Amino acid sequence: MTEAIDATGLVKRFGKVTALDGLDLHVRTGEVHGFLGPNGAGKTTTIRILLGLSRHNGGTVSLLGGDPWSEATELHKRLAYVPGDVTLWPALTGGEVIDLLGRLRGGLDTTRKAELLERFQLDPRKKGRTYSKGNRQKVALIAALASDVELLILDEPTSGLDPLMEEVFREVVLEEKKRGDRTVLLSSHILAEVEVLCDRLTIIREGRTVETGTLADMRHLTRTTIQAELAGPPDGLATLAGVHDFQLDHDRVRFDVDTDALEPALRKLVAVGVKSLVSQPPSLEELFLRQYQKDERR
Amino acid sequence: MTGTGRLIRLILRRDRVVLPLWVVLLGLVPAGYVASFEGLFPTEAERIDYAQASAGNAGFVTLYGPLHGSSLGELVAWRAGFQPVLVALCALLMVVRHTRTDEEAGRTELIGAAAVGRHAQLAAALITTCAASVLLGAVVTAAMLGQGLPAAGSLAFGAEMALAGCVFAGVGAVTAQLTSSARGARTIALIVLAAAYVLRVGGDVSALGDGSLAWLSRLSPIGWVQHLFPYGVNDWWPALLALAVTVVTTGVAGLLLTRRDFGGGLLPARLGPASAPAGLGTPLGLAWRLHRGLLLGWVVGFALLGLVFGGVGGSVLDIASENSGLGEIFARLGGSEALVDSYFAGIAGIVGLIAACYAVQATLRLRDEEQTGHAEATLSTAVSRYAWAGAHLFFSLLGPAVVLAVEGVAVALAYPQGDFGEILGGTLVQLPAVWVLAALAVVAFGLLPRLSAVAWAPPALCLLILLVGQTLQLDQWLLDISPFTHTPKLPGGDLSPTPLITLTVVAAALTAVGILGVRRRNIPD
Ligand SMILES: Nc1ncnc2c1ncn2[C@@H]1O[C@H](COP(=O)(O)OP(=O)(O)O)[C@@H](O)[C@H]1O
Ligand SMILES: [Mg+2]
Repeated sequence: MTEAIDATGLVKRFGKVTALDGLDLHVRTGEVHGFLGPNGAGKTTTIRILLGLSRHNGGTVSLLGGDPWSEATELHKRLAYVPGDVTLWPALTGGEVIDLLGRLRGGLDTTRKAELLERFQLDPRKKGRTYSKGNRQKVALIAALASDVELLILDEPTSGLDPLMEEVFREVVLEEKKRGDRTVLLSSHILAEVEVLCDRLTIIREGRTVETGTLADMRHLTRTTIQAELAGPPDGLATLAGVHDFQLDHDRVRFDVDTDALEPALRKLVAVGVKSLVSQPPSLEELFLRQYQKDERR
Repeated sequence: MTGTGRLIRLILRRDRVVLPLWVVLLGLVPAGYVASFEGLFPTEAERIDYAQASAGNAGFVTLYGPLHGSSLGELVAWRAGFQPVLVALCALLMVVRHTRTDEEAGRTELIGAAAVGRHAQLAAALITTCAASVLLGAVVTAAMLGQGLPAAGSLAFGAEMALAGCVFAGVGAVTAQLTSSARGARTIALIVLAAAYVLRVGGDVSALGDGSLAWLSRLSPIGWVQHLFPYGVNDWWPALLALAVTVVTTGVAGLLLTRRDFGGGLLPARLGPASAPAGLGTPLGLAWRLHRGLLLGWVVGFALLGLVFGGVGGSVLDIASENSGLGEIFARLGGSEALVDSYFAGIAGIVGLIAACYAVQATLRLRDEEQTGHAEATLSTAVSRYAWAGAHLFFSLLGPAVVLAVEGVAVALAYPQGDFGEILGGTLVQLPAVWVLAALAVVAFGLLPRLSAVAWAPPALCLLILLVGQTLQLDQWLLDISPFTHTPKLPGGDLSPTPLITLTVVAAALTAVGILGVRRRNIPD
């Protein structure tokens, strides 16, 4: 089995609202897969179908080689899920919830639990109703990470975590990745998080997959920002195909360049003479932005 | 205190439905008692008979308080003796809702940012609640005057209700400062109210006997307001005491407010265990944790109910066997034996209906779990939908069996003259009818999740049929809608198994339909 999640042409309707409209999602075993989309794109809806909580209206889906709806109980022994909006039973303590969820999944590594409690700095003795949103999120994360499962499904897992804890989360997921036998589906609209952690990613919008592949695969969609200090006037650079937003200030230039126009642009710079140069790789923000602009034009 | 006026308007707007409802409803109930006492006991002599029989009955004294006279006004005020507890309950819930609940939910922070004094919210909550209590008292007084009862007594009667509200508004204000959770604040205030009630009962019941503990009810705010004895002595000293306590608790609450952090309480939030006990690791173990508080509450409630109903049974017998006019009437109706039997069979039906409310409430916990997102967390583990729903239904189907058994035993204990088996049996035969209503709730949850609240319609309909069915002489097919119509009337009636089996089968079939619905639909929906 090479695909942990294999969904093709997923359709999900809520009455007249079409939440998913032919969505494709393919996650290979052992990879950390980013699932990106703005709010309302259909990430949570997709995940609920994968968990057998919702039934899809069209398309095909398989999870860990099984049918997520009819084989839900068996499949759930092999995965752990962190919902986007974690709520805890008000009268149970955080520690009780971690143990409970672990046991309901079929077992929990108590040493790992203790280690994660330490790293996330969570007091497990507080009652559910007294935790802040970030701390509720930690409870669910620890419960999931301390379970020995093949697949982790994390729906916007860092919403509510402070930057320090986001960093801890990133470290922990990178460690999981190094182990190599765990698949992680990480939904997010925080792009920086996905950029660092994910092998491949799927970008969705309005219930449809707009792009999928490695970050490198998507470079063609993106532009690199170049800032340089030049020895002479950069004649002809501004009009070069693939160069955008050109700005000149005395001997300094700043422009964006399409990835496939990078080489001619650099040749031109070298021909003029470069005193200093800074290039910025495309961020996912830009990638997102450009993807949407492309869609809008269509 | 700046901004209090604005906050008062906000409270009035948020409570524009609930507030008039309890003020008017509780305010007008006593007027109904006037009419029913006039109808039941039109002559002086009959009232004296009734008063004598009731004044010495421990069950009545427990429920309503001591009775020292037999005038119409005294009887009405005595019969409304449980009402101060209800007014107190509404008042403390209202104060906590507009103080600690808002603070916990973060709404106070929003308001706090908008130029409002530190004490404004507490002041607004207390002022509206006390004003509502006084208004309720005024409604009582006006309604009594309208029925032609004496002015001084009517005033004292209104004051009894108003003061009960004010004292417990103050109690709620204090407890809202103690804990950081509204639930904790409510719990402590409810314990104070329960303690006040128990002290009142202990003192008053002791007064029936040797009176050695009669002083207990003088420690209870509920006892104070009842000891105004409207239309009797119209004693005003307890009113002063209640007023003083209201002022003191208000002051204490204000003082505590300045001593604590925003969002915090004076009592530290209690810590629990860092890991789960061995039992908490299965759907049933989880359901036990979620249902045990509810079950315990209903067990205690049903035990008290049973003791009261059983205790009153004695006086039904007394009234019936006494050589009075009433006794003769009852004798004509089938003799004292039949009368007592039909009394116990009647209360068994009422108790069955109350148990059905518990069953529906427990079943709808499933919907709570779904709406809060807990169901999603549970079902994403290796727990099947059947196991999840089944664990909750275990409690909503067997919980009523436990509380009914407790009630039956309590009745039998409080009425030792009766046949233990028949009394307990009369209560337990309600179970299949209870299950039918619980099963209808499962169907609602499974097939119409967003309209789950319709599960309350069947018990309401059954109550309606129970209340007016006989009086209005409804057609049999209408009466037959209620499963309780088919339940054998014990003691006294025949214990025929057919209706019990039929009801159980119907309940099982409905439950199966509901659970299939749960299996097939989206969760959460
Ligand atoms: N139960 C539901 N009923 C109706 N519409 C829904 C329901 N759940 C989700 N939707 C709609 O489906 C779309 C996708 O939502 P969701 O999957 O929650 O997005 P995301 O998780 O990417 O923010 C949204 O337009 C949302 O309004
Ligand atoms: Mg979402």
